[in-house]
Amino acid sequence: MFVELNNLLNTTPDRAEQGKLTLLCDAKTDGSFLVHHFLSFYLKANCKVCFVALIQSFSHYSIVGQKLGVSLTMARERGQLVFLEGLKSAVDVVFQAQKEPQPLQFLREANAGNLKPLFEFVREALKPVDSGEARWTYPVLLVDDLSVLLSLGMGAVAVLDFIHYCRATVCWELKGNMVVLVHDSGDAEDEENDILLNGLSHQSHLILRAEGLATGFCRDVHGQLRILWRRPSQSTAQRDQSFTYQYKIQDKSVSFFAKGMSPAVL
Amino acid sequence: RNVTSFQKRGPRASGTNDSGPRLVSIAGTRPSVRNGQLLVSTGLPALDQLLGGGLAVGTVLLIEEDKYNIYSPLLFKYFLAEGIVNGHTLLVASAKEDPANILQQIGPVSSSRFGHYYDASKRMPQELIEASNWHGFFLPEKISSTLKVEPCSLTPGYTKLLQFIQNIIYEEGFDGSNPQKKQRNILRIGIQNLGSPLWGDDICCAENGGNSHSLTKFLYVLRGLLRTSLSACIITMPTHLIQNKAIIARVTNLSDIVVGLESFIGSERETNPLYKDYHGLIHIRQIPRLNNLICDESDVKDLAFKLKRKLFTIERLHLPPDLSDTVSRSSKMDLAESAKRLGPGCGMMAGGKKHLDF
Repeated sequence: MFVELNNLLNTTPDRAEQGKLTLLCDAKTDGSFLVHHFLSFYLKANCKVCFVALIQSFSHYSIVGQKLGVSLTMARERGQLVFLEGLKSAVDVVFQAQKEPQPLQFLREANAGNLKPLFEFVREALKPVDSGEARWTYPVLLVDDLSVLLSLGMGAVAVLDFIHYCRATVCWELKGNMVVLVHDSGDAEDEENDILLNGLSHQSHLILRAEGLATGFCRDVHGQLRILWRRPSQSTAQRDQSFTYQYKIQDKSVSFFAKGMSPAVL
Repeated sequence: RNVTSFQKRGPRASGTNDSGPRLVSIAGTRPSVRNGQLLVSTGLPALDQLLGGGLAVGTVLLIEEDKYNIYSPLLFKYFLAEGIVNGHTLLVASAKEDPANILQQIGPVSSSRFGHYYDASKRMPQELIEASNWHGFFLPEKISSTLKVEPCSLTPGYTKLLQFIQNIIYEEGFDGSNPQKKQRNILRIGIQNLGSPLWGDDICCAENGGNSHSLTKFLYVLRGLLRTSLSACIITMPTHLIQNKAIIARVTNLSDIVVGLESFIGSERETNPLYKDYHGLIHIRQIPRLNNLICDESDVKDLAFKLKRKLFTIERLHLPPDLSDTVSRSSKMDLAESAKRLGPGCGMMAGGKKHLDF
């Protein structure tokens, strides 16, 4: 996890809020560093994590995780991490008829179905185990990324339904957290993606939006991070808080600074 | 044949999911200086350099075709020729041209251990082609065959191609699943004009056709196959024909490296003195961050290519010196106009012209 980001979010692994949905969003840049942050953050918080990794392989997250001080292999072995490797699962589903329903079963169907099997997978992964001792603090669902589901033929409504069911179970029932990433397609006029993004924005407690700089590429400032705290269930009497920082990604960390205060510029 | 005798017990290459350290000693590959990831040459050393050393095993290089599809076939053939020269296994898929013909069309000129120089006017020596192991997928031949196909909602052409690729990967042991087949070679996959109507896809004809998810589904499953095998893939795609911009964005997200070719033919840049030495621009639209938080983004964003004496070269585009006394007023304004249109950056388009972020 990135200590500087924890400071900006005013949180640490041992005193994070529960029952929250965090939306990660990237526009004209790669926001995957945020996924790596939250994955290592919640593993360090001793949470039971279900990671629906749709876009990269296990070894990718594992190698980056090691740079951030967590071992995904060990977490998986001791039962703390349930990892759905979407790419591998898709190949299994498409090329072999499986007996039991698979999380990505919809890939075999001609018509866009729903994500019920995927939800069942998540629920099963995070359900509390009655072993008497409370081994893990609380459950966390992490998804990278939801936009892929649209590319695979799912409608925005089906994806929003899936998130709704997950929220009811993970956030409300189990008092856990959810972190999902959606791309912002910007001017690509991706209607389905816009519906998904807007729908999730209204439901989220915290939105982290990584944006490329409007002026183009810069070696010392890789992008801008907008942090927006929301209170979705209450009325908008209290204004949502929003902060913007610029950042630079390094080999094992990310440094944040106020706009115009990049060390390279000062 | 050059054999890299480099041996390293390193972190897992992204293209396999073996457990434990492996020895790396495959011809025509080298580890990335950044993280030891296994790379293959695209066949064009200048392009390798812009991509941080080469194409990582297990990934896809997507080439956005130039408008008249003159230059993208060259990059396609360089990739394949590099495979022949290194003894890699090839899988060539096309809906338009017989793969056997494609392989004959390029010849090696000079060699180095990683990346060679190819001459588009020479032919590949017949004995090299015959010695190499290659598989062709020519859609018109395959579409009527009775190859058993699992049900899937992709267009039939894509389904058959996926099945073909998976079959080769499994049968020849590129995924390490078959204990009898100890594969220590790379499978180079080349797919030409993916998305064109010849593949049975309608994304180039209609804005909201019935097949709008076929291509992206194909790319996703292909990525799954690549990530779990010792393979590398090049795809050329006529993105300039795709009506729906959202699909191009989704295709980009499902590819690892995306390179766009923009030729000057038929555009007003053809006669612009700024571009007179070049045939087009090359845009590095996306570079992956694999096994890493950072990626090897090049600082140089304005790149042009030219095909000179059958050799494809990539150079940094720079403005000629402004010789105030001798340059006339009107051509000065032409240069200024063209300069404004120089590419703003890889993956980050400059939205505001008068913006200063800091």
